[in-house]
Amino acid sequence: MIPAPDAAAQRAKLSMRGLRMTFPAEGSEIRVLEDIDLEVREGEFVCILGPSGCGKSTLLNVVAGFLPPTAGSVRIDGEEVHGPDSRRIFVFQERGVFPWLTVEGNIGFGLGRLDRRERERRIAHYVKLVGLSGFERAYPHELSGGMKQRVEVARALAVDPDMLYLDEPFGALDSITRLVMRAELLRIWQAERKTILFVTHDIEESVQLADRVVVMSARPARIRRIVPIDLPHPRDLSSRRYLELRDGIFEEIGLAHKI
Amino acid sequence: MDREETRRDWRARVADRVLPFAGIAALLVVWDLSIRTGRFPLLPGPLAVARAIVELARKGFLVKHVVASLFRVTWGYLLAVAVGVPLGIALAWYRRGGLALAPLVELVRPISALAWIPLAILWFGVGDLSAIFIIFVASSLPLVVSAMAAVGNVSSVHWNAGRNFGLTPAEIARRVLLPAILPRLLVGLRLSLGIAWLVVVAAEMIAVNSGLGFLIIDARNAGNRYDLVVAGMVLIGAIGVGLDAAMRRIETLPALRWGYADSAAEAA
Amino acid sequence: MRWRRLEPVVLPLAAGALLVAVWQAAVKGTGTTVFPSPGAVGKGLAELARKGLLFAYVRDSLLRVAAGFGVALAIGIPLGIFLGWQPAAARAANPVIQFLRPISPLAWIPVAIVLFGVNDTAATFLIFLGSLFPILVAAMNGVRGVPAIYRQAGRNFGLSRRALVARVVFPAALPELIGGIRIALGIAWLVVVAAEMIAVNSGLGYLVIDSRNAGKRYDLVVAAMVLIGVIGLALNVAVSRLARLRALRWGFRAEGA
Repeated sequence: MIPAPDAAAQRAKLSMRGLRMTFPAEGSEIRVLEDIDLEVREGEFVCILGPSGCGKSTLLNVVAGFLPPTAGSVRIDGEEVHGPDSRRIFVFQERGVFPWLTVEGNIGFGLGRLDRRERERRIAHYVKLVGLSGFERAYPHELSGGMKQRVEVARALAVDPDMLYLDEPFGALDSITRLVMRAELLRIWQAERKTILFVTHDIEESVQLADRVVVMSARPARIRRIVPIDLPHPRDLSSRRYLELRDGIFEEIGLAHKI
Repeated sequence: MDREETRRDWRARVADRVLPFAGIAALLVVWDLSIRTGRFPLLPGPLAVARAIVELARKGFLVKHVVASLFRVTWGYLLAVAVGVPLGIALAWYRRGGLALAPLVELVRPISALAWIPLAILWFGVGDLSAIFIIFVASSLPLVVSAMAAVGNVSSVHWNAGRNFGLTPAEIARRVLLPAILPRLLVGLRLSLGIAWLVVVAAEMIAVNSGLGFLIIDARNAGNRYDLVVAGMVLIGAIGVGLDAAMRRIETLPALRWGYADSAAEAA
Repeated sequence: MRWRRLEPVVLPLAAGALLVAVWQAAVKGTGTTVFPSPGAVGKGLAELARKGLLFAYVRDSLLRVAAGFGVALAIGIPLGIFLGWQPAAARAANPVIQFLRPISPLAWIPVAIVLFGVNDTAATFLIFLGSLFPILVAAMNGVRGVPAIYRQAGRNFGLSRRALVARVVFPAALPELIGGIRIALGIAWLVVVAAEMIAVNSGLGYLVIDSRNAGKRYDLVVAAMVLIGVIGLALNVAVSRLARLRALRWGFRAEGA
């Protein structure tokens, strides 16, 4: 018998096996995801990278339990995923905050089962953590795009989930705000050490944030390559290793390096 | 340059204030002049109508008829809201229910409220109950459609977020669905109130003996008092505007102002 | 999986059949002699068809709608475009429109009779009144809502004012306008039926009132109501189809039906 690897250390938090997703269309069907096998360890920050429309959002939705896969399985801590769960919160691309609730109301949304004092404590903690002190009573429509995303991240964190799924959360923001938000997200991740799955189409973003980058092909999406990013945080964006890794992904995707 | 701008500004602001009245004034002038030509011997001019309204007020009929019409509208409309809104939400929530019943609603909706009169009289006799029933039918169906559309417009992101946080369906209905549909629903409620007001007048022409609709028909039948007829029309228009304005006020309450911002963002 | 695609057709039919069954049971159960059973209504429809009245009444109602609605289009669209284009005119006209709108066309009956007498023209006038406002307001709002960038792009390409309206403003306003037309057609159908009850002696509205008055023929009353519902629905679907034409679909983002 072959001895099993050190189970505790190697046990995957999240594991996808043979995931396939097809949608019925006029007459035939559209194959969006094919043969996705992936494992994510606890506390890892994994980026799923691919061009728009390739199916990576679909993948995240399947993992989160919003869509049942056509074939294959998703397991978290060994249990199969059947539907959405408050232990794994999804941060949407935009306009996920509830416009009828204030910042406080949104962040406290999932905390209904706690007693009042604990609730207020947590809300205050996360308002501070995402840098929105002073805006507790503001409504989302009074906030900028970046601030709205912070509310959504705070809302997700407040329920103390095991995992966070982020679907191009900074896609609707301007590039300067995006840089700021990336730094913030890393800061929060290092403070709270959640397992994170982050979908993006931005190569730089993936190399800046992730422990591993899962490069997806165009539709039907398959995993082309998984690139481990062995840079320590904070990452120097002009270091040779960073540029090497980044250029490697450029090549993998087959993009020209000059414009 | 500065003085030019402030002069233009000032003119624009004056125009803003004056123009709405200019429109009404123009209407009144055209009306008055066309009566003075003598082409329509029976129809009254604006002054005759004003005098008729005063007459109604003096004799106590003004209050009587307005209250009667408002009474019928209130009952018919509130019943329509109590039945139509939950039904519409239910039809949108239960996909199959919606598929089954929405076409039936669409089939009944084009049947003019007045076409229901014979059935109303058959079931409820001549009187207030018939009128209220007719108003109920006319305003509940658009409300069902409105409520369904409002539910359909709730962003899937919000549904998913509700599920993600582990809310039960009942909690999702209470904490996500209801707040999310409120702005659109209010617009539907306002439009339905307008329909209710439109229909109460029509319903009263046939089934009862008080109210503004009755006044219009009776004034003509009982003595060709066209000044009272037009007075009735003016009152109907005025109250209609008032009801609409009141509902719009509700739509702009601060607690609901996010609805505007949200739909403005959607439209952008 | 095939079931799901048929559901939108099968479910309403099933619900309708259920309704008819309940109706039949209710009539039998209460033993009413006045309210018609579904079968009686069916026979009533056949009777109308035999006497040639079915076609004649439907035709008459539709013709009145066409006339009144047509005039409303002819006046409402140009006027609405003008008001949308000239905000000052719109501000002056708005209170007038808001005031006249809540006055049911039926409240205009005595005035209509004075102006036109008791005949088809009066009925057409009422239909015109009912359908004018939704068209007018939709045209106005449609034009007002055309994003300034579209107008700027048009001017950038050197379009004259006339060409600008025809090639940029009007197409951009079209989705909203069609929404208003759909509403107006629905109203026109409501008003024609109501107007016919009072001012003329043919058409489906007349049939409803006359069947009751002339002999408590409730089977014909309900038959008429069924026809009114079906034709009204057909008109609505027809305009919806128009709105779904690919050339116009861009304007309807999240519309259902």
